Amino acid sequence: MHSIKLITTYLYTRYERFWHWLQMLLIFLLLITGFEIHGVYSLMGFEQAVEVHNFLGITWLIAFAFFVFWIFTTGEWKQYIPTTKKLLEVIHYYGFGIFKGESHPVPKRKGAKHNPLQRLTYLSLAAMLLPIQMFTGIFYWTYNSWESWGLDFLSLNVVALIHLAGAFSILAFIVVHVYMTTTGHSIFAHIKAMITGWEEIEEGEEVEDWEKASRGLCSENASAKEV
Amino acid sequence: MMFKLTHKRYVLYFLWICFLFFASTLLFANQDQDAPGLELARQVVKEAKNTTTADHSQFKALNQNFTSGPEISKACLSCHTEAAKQLKKTLHWTWLDPNSPKDNQMGKAGYSVNNFCISANAMNDHHCNECHIGWNEEGKKAEIDCLKCHGRKKINWEEVLGDYKYFAESKDPEENALAKDAQAEIHEVVQSIGRPTRKNCGSCHFSGGGGDGVKHGDLDPSLINPNKELDVHMGYDGQDFECTRCHTTIAHHVAGRIYGTPASETRHSLLEHDLEPKIMCESCHSDKPHASSSKMNDHTDKVACQACHVPVIAKVLPVQRWWDWSKAGKKKDGKPYDVNGPFGKPVYQTTKGDTKWEKNVVPKYLWFNGSIKGVTAKDMIDPSKIVKLAWPNGNRNDKNARIFPFNIHSGKQPYDTVNKTMTTPLLSGEHGYWTTFDWQDSIQRGAKYLDLPFSGKIDFVETAYVFPSTHMVSPREEALKCSQCHTRSDSRLANLAGFYMPGRDKVNIIDFAGWAIVLCSFGGIVLHALGRIFTNGRKKEE
Repeated sequence: MHSIKLITTYLYTRYERFWHWLQMLLIFLLLITGFEIHGVYSLMGFEQAVEVHNFLGITWLIAFAFFVFWIFTTGEWKQYIPTTKKLLEVIHYYGFGIFKGESHPVPKRKGAKHNPLQRLTYLSLAAMLLPIQMFTGIFYWTYNSWESWGLDFLSLNVVALIHLAGAFSILAFIVVHVYMTTTGHSIFAHIKAMITGWEEIEEGEEVEDWEKASRGLCSENASAKEV
Repeated sequence: MMFKLTHKRYVLYFLWICFLFFASTLLFANQDQDAPGLELARQVVKEAKNTTTADHSQFKALNQNFTSGPEISKACLSCHTEAAKQLKKTLHWTWLDPNSPKDNQMGKAGYSVNNFCISANAMNDHHCNECHIGWNEEGKKAEIDCLKCHGRKKINWEEVLGDYKYFAESKDPEENALAKDAQAEIHEVVQSIGRPTRKNCGSCHFSGGGGDGVKHGDLDPSLINPNKELDVHMGYDGQDFECTRCHTTIAHHVAGRIYGTPASETRHSLLEHDLEPKIMCESCHSDKPHASSSKMNDHTDKVACQACHVPVIAKVLPVQRWWDWSKAGKKKDGKPYDVNGPFGKPVYQTTKGDTKWEKNVVPKYLWFNGSIKGVTAKDMIDPSKIVKLAWPNGNRNDKNARIFPFNIHSGKQPYDTVNKTMTTPLLSGEHGYWTTFDWQDSIQRGAKYLDLPFSGKIDFVETAYVFPSTHMVSPREEALKCSQCHTRSDSRLANLAGFYMPGRDKVNIIDFAGWAIVLCSFGGIVLHALGRIFTNGRKKEE
């Protein structure tokens, strides 16, 4: 590991980083207020918690629309195409190799910032879990309009429970996600990258074709410099 | 140049976040403004002025010499020609529910049974008739007494009319002068006429059931002169509403619930229908009374306004909560006696049995579609359960039903163990229970007046009786907070099942599984981290 040369690469664009941390803040506050509404603890009071939760939810929804626009116009969506290629190797690495000091089988590269496990996780998060939270949240919020929208077959009980199950899933994801940031070549390498955009990665290995998102991706300020 | 560019971008990002929050703020705007429903109500009650066009002291008919009550009413009716005909068609006179079956008619003059003096025995229990709008206690045989509702001044008629008669017939001119004084006093009273005041209505409705605050909990003599704290509409330091402000009247029919018939089934606001009675909160406040973005407006289809805005009843005077007839009849040294308890209210009376009183009562919340189901002396009961003599109709699936606060009065009453019906003891008069303390005889006599069978075998059964809590509306600062219902423990709606309420309800398996997954994830990363620390350490040793 130490014999391999490290280079710094610009991996995350400014908007991407901004989106990541904004979303982190929103989800963090949504979880805090959401679990208060669920009666787990009492912090700001039920009424305040509901108001803040609804406000943040709508804010997140608007911000998410911009993210969707960004991901499709930049072609970044290709980074989320799921693959089983090397998936087992990645799982094997996190399960065993990491303890033996092996190298990551699919290191981060410009134009391929997600390994197969991340692709799968982030896709199910961005395309399934988060939209489920948003839709159940909207339905929860607009409970009184169900009848006029012809949605009276919905049950608040079911909607609320899906929303809650989603919240637990997101919380569990965050626990693992935050821990996984420490598995870079140094403990804070990944977090630093998400703040500055620059990540130190191992020199060498080419980005394989299947990993490539598109040509000219991340071209903004794209200059790799040696450490 | 490079710095400048970066700087510009951060400004742009900042502006973007501002836009984001501004956009979602739009959806939650107007929170600080007064709610449209409040504005609406303010417009409705603007400039309440005295609109009377008659001075009753100028009428000749009211300046004659009166020697009896019915003469006074006759004078009233000489101008108000339709009043008696109208009144005699109303529930206030008939004491019969026009919408219940004739052979088992609800009403005090019918077969209704209540938690208090039980039955009026087809108006033969004369003490009950004190509240009938007649000049004596003979029920519908009496001449109507207009002054009971329209008189602004109250005197002891028996005494004053008696004085007048006595002095007028006297040969002594000094005593004749006293007769003049008595007649002047009568004139003053009969000429002080107006729409019913809180005092007029309250003389029966605040003190029904044989005393102040026996029945309702949201109606008692404290409302004769209430402040805003007690009732935000009736408070003298606020709108100073009389009862008739909301209980509007058409041809002497006063708006309000009549047993199984709701006070209003439409709940229209006056904007939708200007001749609608003003009896519902919605009449003036609309069904969207809160600020347009407030979640509270989303509650009005399932939660009655009263549920939050009448958070507590019997705020000034105590209300009776329990009346156990089975304890009645005990004597001390062969004589009936009373024991007073807290609030100066009786806790025991030989005539009535055990009673309990309470102040600041938290109402009980039940689904209510505006009508109440009553039990009559003809209805079969199930003595193995508490007999609900009056209970709200409605459930969660009833579109017209909403969660409503109630005062529930409980007690024990005699029932016929063979016929499985409630009994109707005669209470007042020389043969009434209050004189004879003989259940058998008084029930036998009471049943006879209603032409009901009585087996002669009785026992006591627990009964319950509801009153919707709709008066004593608190100022908005005192309204219930969300968290008084949306809470895991001590929710005011803890007794209502069959629907999911955020904050109150949870499904244990989801909560358990959710926390289990979160904890497992946490345990997993801890183990993984320990593994990394341990193996890295070993490598260094090599």
